[in-house]
Parts: sequence; C-alpha cells; structure tokens
Amino acid sequence: MSLITHLAIAPVVIPALAAPLALLVMRRRRALGIGISLVSAAAMLLAALALLWAASDGTIRTYELGDWPAPFGIVLVVDRLSAIMITLAASLSVIAMLHAVLTRADRKGWHFHPLFQFQMMGLNGAFLTGDLFNLFVFFEVLLIASYGLMLHGQGPARLKAGVQYVIVNIVGSSLFLIALGLLYALTGTLNMADMGLRVAEIGTDDQGLLRVAALLLVTVFALKAALVPLHLWLPRTYAVSTPAVAALFAIMTKVGVYSIIRVVPQVFGEGAGAAAWVPAPYLLPAAIVTAIVGFGGVFVARSLSEQAAYAVIGSTGTLLIAVAGWQQDTLSAALYYLVHSTLAGAALFLVADVVAHRRVSSVDNASPAPPFAQRQFIALLFMAAAIAATGLPPLSGFIGKLLILESVADVPFWGWSWTAILFSTLIGVIGFARTGSMVFWKETAPSKTGPLDGAMPTRVSRADMVAPIIAIMLLAALSAGAGWATNYSTEAAAQLLDSAATARAVLGGR
Amino acid sequence: MTLEFLVASAIGVLVAGGIYMALRGRTFQVVLGLTLFSYAVNLFLFASGRLTVNRPPIWSKTVTEYADPLPQALVLTAIVITFGMTAFAVVLALRSFLETGSDQVDGDIVPCDDQQSDGNDTG
Repeated sequence: MSLITHLAIAPVVIPALAAPLALLVMRRRRALGIGISLVSAAAMLLAALALLWAASDGTIRTYELGDWPAPFGIVLVVDRLSAIMITLAASLSVIAMLHAVLTRADRKGWHFHPLFQFQMMGLNGAFLTGDLFNLFVFFEVLLIASYGLMLHGQGPARLKAGVQYVIVNIVGSSLFLIALGLLYALTGTLNMADMGLRVAEIGTDDQGLLRVAALLLVTVFALKAALVPLHLWLPRTYAVSTPAVAALFAIMTKVGVYSIIRVVPQVFGEGAGAAAWVPAPYLLPAAIVTAIVGFGGVFVARSLSEQAAYAVIGSTGTLLIAVAGWQQDTLSAALYYLVHSTLAGAALFLVADVVAHRRVSSVDNASPAPPFAQRQFIALLFMAAAIAATGLPPLSGFIGKLLILESVADVPFWGWSWTAILFSTLIGVIGFARTGSMVFWKETAPSKTGPLDGAMPTRVSRADMVAPIIAIMLLAALSAGAGWATNYSTEAAAQLLDSAATARAVLGGR
Repeated sequence: MTLEFLVASAIGVLVAGGIYMALRGRTFQVVLGLTLFSYAVNLFLFASGRLTVNRPPIWSKTVTEYADPLPQALVLTAIVITFGMTAFAVVLALRSFLETGSDQVDGDIVPCDDQQSDGNDTG
C-alpha cells in the first residue's frame, strides 16, 4: 500500500476531519475556523489534482475500505471520470468558499464552514464510490449538508423554497431506496461492477422487475439532475440561496448526471443482456425538452440569479442530449461540456451577487437602477459569464457545444438534438442580452425615489470580484487547453464504456 | 393468506397512504406522508432479502440455510437516515410556519376556516 493508494480516500477524509474541527473552533476563534476550512479546500484540490494525474495513465485504482475484498466490502474506484469530477468539485469549492469569505457571506450564520465541508465530503464520496448503497449514503450526506447551506442566511423566501427542496429530495431518496431494494433482490449484490456482471444472468421472468428498477434509479438521478418533468424544485431553490452556495450547487445537478453516466453503462450497458440500455430511449426526449425549457427560462427570467438557475437547467439538458448518445465521442463531448457548464453556472451566480451588492434596492433584478460602482468592469464580467453559459466563442462553451453537435450528428434523431441545441442557444443569447442591457445600460436618475434607492454604497470593496474572475479564467483555460482536456475526456469515455475492464479492476482475480 | 401477501399489501397500503398525504398542501400532513412512505420503503428493503422464517442471519452450528443479513444492515442505515431527515423536515416546517405565517408547502396563505381561526388565536 503506497501513498498513492491511500490518496483515493483523501478527498473524503479531509473534509470529514475538517468539518468537526471547524465546528469546534468556530465559536471561539472565527478566523481559525475559516482558516481550517480554506486549508481543507486547498488540500482537497491538491489531492484531486494528484488523483487526476494518477488516473491519466489509464489504470483503474480501487481502494477497499477496511481491506474487505470487493464485492463484500465497500470499494472506492478512481478512474478518469471520477478524477475529473473530484477535481471539478474541488476547484469549484475553492471558488465558492473564496467568494463566501471575501463577501463575508459566511458570517450570516455559525455553521457555514462545517456544512460546506460536509457537503464536499458527500460530493467527493459520491464521485468515488463503487458501491450503489454507498452512493445513496453519500447522496444523503451531501443533501443534508445542502439543506443547511441552502437555508444559510435564512429569511422567509429561503424557508419557503427550502421546504419544497427538502420534501422533493426526501421523496427522491425514498425512491432511490426502492430501486436499490429491487436491484439487490434481483442480483444479490450492491457493488456496481459485480451487479453489471450479474444483471446479464437474470432470467426472463424477472426482466420486468429489472426494467422497473433501472428506470426508477434513473428517475431518481434525473430528479437530482433537474431533468424536465422533475426540474420544478430547482429555479426557486437556487435563485434564493446565498450566491456562494448557489455557485457550489452548480455541481449538485451534475451529481445526478454523473450518476447516470456511471451507473447506466456499468450496470445496464452492453453486457446486460435483455436489459441493455433500458433507460436510454427516455433520456433523449427529456434532455431536449430540458434544454429548451432551461434556456426559455433564461429568456423570461426576472433577475440575474433566477436566470443563472435556469441556465443551470438548460446546460444540464444540453449535456444530457450528448450523454443520451451513449457512444465514446458523445460521452467525451458531454464530459468536456459538464466541466465547462458547472464553472459557467457558478460564474453566473457569482456575477449576479457582485451586481446585487452594488445595486442597493433593486439588487439583481433585471430592471433599470441608478448607476453603480465599477459598472463597466462588472458588465464585462457578466458578458463573459453569459458568453460561457450560452456557448459563444471564445470561451469553452463554444467548444463544448461544437463537440456535442459534431458527435451527435451520427446518432439517431440528431435533427431534434441539433434543433434543440441551436434554438436554445439563440433564446439564451437573447435572454442574456436583454437582462444585460437592462441592468448595465439602462439607468434611472439616482436617488429621489426613496432614501434607500440613491444610497449607493460609496466605497464597495472590490474583493467580491475575485472569485468570478477566477471562474472565468478557468473557463478561458479550459478553452485554451481544449486539446488536452478533450484527450482526457475521450479516454475517460472509453474507460467508462469498457465496463468489463472496470469489473476486472474492481473485482480483482474473481 | 401467505406471509408474502401480508407484507406486500402492508407495503402497498403504506405507500398509497404516504403518497396521498405527501400530496396534501399542509406541511404537517406532508411530513406524516413522508414518514408513512419511508416506513413502506424500510419494509420493502427488509423484504428484498426474501421472506424467510426461523433462519439465523449469521452463523449457527445446526443449520445450513441462512437468512440474508445484508438487507437488515441496509434497513438500519435507511431508518437512521430517514429518521434524521424527518426530524429536519419537521423543524424546517415549524420554522417556516413561524417565519412566513403559513403552513402551506408553497408558502401561500390560503383562507380556509381552521387556518383563519389559528390566525385569530395568535394575532
């Protein structure tokens, strides 16, 4: 057992240790608590980068908890896909936490940092685990932390949205358990790789039950990913959350997408016999409607944060259009776009917050207001984030969408996909142009209307622009390093579709 | 009346009741519905290890047939998690009622009889 073997569990252990530590010291020495939290985020990023580097040689590393051999014990699996996901999560957490600390949003309540760490623990665990029940447990960890984070700062609007968010997710968790129970009853295992092998041996009598289980499982993941009939919880929840938290939540929908990408090829892939690709036909229509509804929401949104929330839905739809192709090049395009759209969604929420800080009474509503500080530069930031979210050049959204369009061209029903992606991009661009010109170009005369309206904060700290700038620079880097990134994602997609190799790596000599 | 029929119908009735309650407008009823639903899910998980009688779960000298111990561990985990979630949902519903003055899940204040009398009592 070398150090690199134990590194696999580091992204779960680091936040698990940092959270209670931060909780303990927070009451007495706030700065120390924040320091622990920041150090933990940096350590997670380092561990994630190390795993990303380690996974690039193509071997699938497994980590058996308590040294119980798979499939009897719980196993963590580090392949290229999970390395990409934890690196993305760690980068996003650094950005979101930096923003929270710099804007002092973390001071609105006592438990921001511990909850943030638990959220990261849940995310990293969900990305690493190779066991379906363990995936459920990490989903619950990240959900309970997200309830707390979503309500951070409180107020009636958050509580109202929070009740719906919590209820929807509890129902989702119950459905997850039903699907797990069915799958366990049918296969007698919970290890994903092992399950993939055993699904093929299920007799014809039980095929109906297996299909129900597969569809139920994908339904739960679609609920987390906010796929269209199940998206109604998202806009309100994300729009009212503290912006730094909403930026972190940009990856929460991607956990659902990740789970679909992970579970469907592994368990219901080529080797699954009669149940191969059961959920596939339902995914494409839902994804197409999601893309249009999401960017339609961008078109009609009344505030910048609401617009960002709808952009998250739209980008998930675009992403799943590519995923629904289930081929190496479509999955590769999807993975590239997944990284991009998460960062772009986060950048939008952060820019909306920067605007809201400077426009005292009208916050980030898409309505004219008196001129505010650093307007030109913020307009530039908003434009960059909007360009990224809609997929215009030069940022990585353009490359991502181009890859998706190119790769779905040889998939059935590609005409629908093309129409949906191009049309949703158009209405997205118009939507962002509309709110952008309303917020940054139209202005009302300062003051007079009320005591608050004219009271523009004279000296606004520029520190709150740091995090959005980092997010946009990462997008630019993703665009500049597109060759390297697409190579990595292509190999990750190949690894993903080769479920037999994963099963060999996870189950060892069996 | 077999054991299977009894367990299956119990799960079915609990799910039906849970879904009905969860679709109501008031948060208290929704929480009750979620609780019923989670009971049903726990029973279902328990049954996924097959319904067997008089078999030891782990090891015994005298028998060769065993009950599956794993679903019991899963149910235990599921019970703990749903219990925590339900407790959270109750506190959140209460807090939301106190702050917004409405116990509707969508936060609207619906003028129905008993809610108005509640309002008169407090205000």
